[in-house]
Amino acid sequence: MTVEAKTVRITYREAMRQALRDALHRDPRVFLMGEDVGRYGGCFAVSKGLLEEFGPERIRDTPLSESAFVGAGIGAAMGGMRPIVEIMTVNFSLLALDQIVNNAATMLHMSGGQFNIPLVIRMTTGAGRQLAAQHSHSLEGWYAHIPGIKVLTPATLADARGMLWTALQDPDPVLIFEHGGLYNMEGELAADAGAVDIDTAVVRRAGTDVSLITYGGTLSKVLQAAEELAGTGVSAEVVDLRSLRPLDTATVLASILRTHRAVIIDEGWRSGSISAELSARIMESAFYELDVPVARVCSAEVPMPYAKHMEEAALPQVHTIVETVRQMVGSRG
Amino acid sequence: MSQQVAFQSPPLDRHHSLFLLREMLRIRRFEEKCAELYSATKIRGFLHLYIGEEAVAVGALQALEPDDAIVATYREHGHALARGVSATSIMAEMYGKQEGCSRGRGGSMHLFNAATRFYGGNAIVGGGLPVAVGLALADKLQGRPRVTACFFGEGAVAEGEFHECLNLAALWKLPVLFCCENNLYAMGTALKRSESETDLCLKATSYEMPAWPIDGMDVMACEEATQRAVLTVRSGGGPCFLEFRTYRFRAHSMYDPQLYRDKQEVEQWKTRDPIAVFQARLQELGLLNEEDLKRIEEDITTEVAKAVEFAETGTWEPVEDLTKFVYSEKVQA
Repeated sequence: MTVEAKTVRITYREAMRQALRDALHRDPRVFLMGEDVGRYGGCFAVSKGLLEEFGPERIRDTPLSESAFVGAGIGAAMGGMRPIVEIMTVNFSLLALDQIVNNAATMLHMSGGQFNIPLVIRMTTGAGRQLAAQHSHSLEGWYAHIPGIKVLTPATLADARGMLWTALQDPDPVLIFEHGGLYNMEGELAADAGAVDIDTAVVRRAGTDVSLITYGGTLSKVLQAAEELAGTGVSAEVVDLRSLRPLDTATVLASILRTHRAVIIDEGWRSGSISAELSARIMESAFYELDVPVARVCSAEVPMPYAKHMEEAALPQVHTIVETVRQMVGSRG
Repeated sequence: MSQQVAFQSPPLDRHHSLFLLREMLRIRRFEEKCAELYSATKIRGFLHLYIGEEAVAVGALQALEPDDAIVATYREHGHALARGVSATSIMAEMYGKQEGCSRGRGGSMHLFNAATRFYGGNAIVGGGLPVAVGLALADKLQGRPRVTACFFGEGAVAEGEFHECLNLAALWKLPVLFCCENNLYAMGTALKRSESETDLCLKATSYEMPAWPIDGMDVMACEEATQRAVLTVRSGGGPCFLEFRTYRFRAHSMYDPQLYRDKQEVEQWKTRDPIAVFQARLQELGLLNEEDLKRIEEDITTEVAKAVEFAETGTWEPVEDLTKFVYSEKVQA
C-alpha cells in the first residue's frame, strides 16, 4: 500500500511568497528590501502581505536607487545580516551593475578571503508580456559570465519554493531570476515542499532521440514541444539547467550520451550567450558523441518589440523548437 | 561657500600631540618609501600617495572606536596605517606577497583587514558609499551603537551613488559618517570644472544632514570635528557629512605629469604642510624638542625598514591556489 503524498494547489508567485515568509520566520537576520516591496505589495505582488506580517524594519521600501540599495545589501550582509534584495526587473539591475560586479562578486577575492557576501538578489527577467525593450530582456546569461556570484533560474513551483532558503544559506552572493511569465503558473506542490539544491541540472522528461536543454521561462514551452514531438514518434529528453552558474555540465553531457543530439533553447540572444557557452562545453567534452551539430533556438537579435506578433516572432516558441528538432532528426535520415 | 567651523581647541596635551605627529609622520615616511620602491619596480600596478593629506586620516580616526567600521578609497594607505593595520602587512600586500593584508590579491588599492573592521580599499569612485550604508544598516538593525566612517574624494560627489547614498542614509537615519576628502582634483579635473555647485556641504545639507567644512591640513581640527560628528551619529541622530579641505602634494598616481595644475599652486599648499605646520606649532609651544623628533623619526625608520624586510622575505602564494577566494570554501560536514 502506498501513502498518497499530500499536495496543495499553488501558483509560482505564492510559492515564492511562501519561501520569503518561511525565511523571514526562520532567521531573524533575514530582511527584504527593494522598490515597492512593502506598501505596494511588490510590483508583481510577490511580497503582498509581508509588510503587515513582518513590519517595515524587515520589509523595507527603498527609494529608486538601485545602486544604493543593492550596495546596502552587500554592506548589510558583511555586517551580519542575511538580506534579500528585490530588483523589479533585470533591466533595472543594470543601474546596480557596479555594486553587483565590482563589489559583490569581488570582495571575497580582493580581501584575500576575509569578507564573504551572504546576499540574495531576486529579480524578474524575460519577455512575453508586451513590455517592450526596457522591461523584457533576459540578461541572466550575462551575469553567469561573472566569477564570484551564483545565478539561479527557478522554472518550477518546487524550485520557486525551495531555492531561496538554500541561497540564503550560501556564504556568497546568489542572484535569483524569476521569469515574469511564470508568476501565474499554477499547479500541485507537495504540502511539505522545502529547500532544494541550487547547483544541479535536472532531467524533467526522459527521452532517447534528442536532448532539449533549457531553463527558466522557456522550460514549459520546451516540455510542450517534447509532448508534440512524442506524438510524431520523436523521443525528446528535457534538461532544466536550474543554475547558470555553476553550470552542471555533467548532467547535460550524461543526457547527450543517451541521445547523441542536443538543442539548446534560451530566451537570451545567441551572440556571446549562455547557449554559446553550453554549446562550447558540449563540443569540448562530447564532440564524438554527437550525431549532428548542436542547434540553438534563441531570441532574435533585436531589442524586444512591443507589438504582440513581433514579440512572439522574436522569442523561442513551441513550433520553432519542434521544427528545429524535426530538421535535426530528419538530417540523420 | 560654507564657512569652516572654528572649534574651541582644548589645551594641547603633550602626549597626545606627539602621538598625532608620529602617526602623520609614519604615513609620510612609509609612503616616501613606497614611491622609492615603486621606482625600483618592487611595487607595481597603480600607487596613489596620500602625502599632504595625512592630517585627515590621522585626525578623523582618533574619533572612532575599535568596533566601528571604515570604508576607504584606493588612496587608503594612510587610513589603514592610522587604523592599526600593520605596516608589515600593508607593505607585503604592495609587494603582492601572501603575508599581505589581502594575501596579495588586492595590492595598493585594495587593503582589507577584518580585525580592525577595515573594509577596503575600493577603487571604483563612489562605490564604497553603498557598502558603508549597508554596514550601518546592519548595525542599526542589530541595535549596535557603532559608526561606519566612509571616506571618499570630492570626485565621488559627481557620481549618482553619492546622492543615492546620502539620501538613503538620511532617510533611514543610519549611523554613517560621510568623510569627503576634498583635495580639489578628481585625478586631473578640478572641482570647479566638474561641479555646478562647488560648495559640497550644501549638497549634504540638502539631504537633511548636518555638514561641516574642516581645515583638512590641521590634524587637531580634523580630530575635533570628527569627534563632534561621531557623537551625533552614534547617538542615533543619523548621518553626518564632513568636508575635509585638503591637498594632494604628489601626482594622482605614479603616471601623472600633472599638466592640470600650476607648480605655484602646489608650492603654495606645501607651505600648509600638515606635518611641518603642526611640528612647528608644537615646538613653539615647547611641547616638542629635537630629542623627541629624533626619537620619533628613528622609530619610524625602524618600522618602515622592518616592513620592507617583511615584504622582501615574504612568500608568493602558490599558483595552484589561483582560484581560491572566488567562492567561500565549503565547510566539510
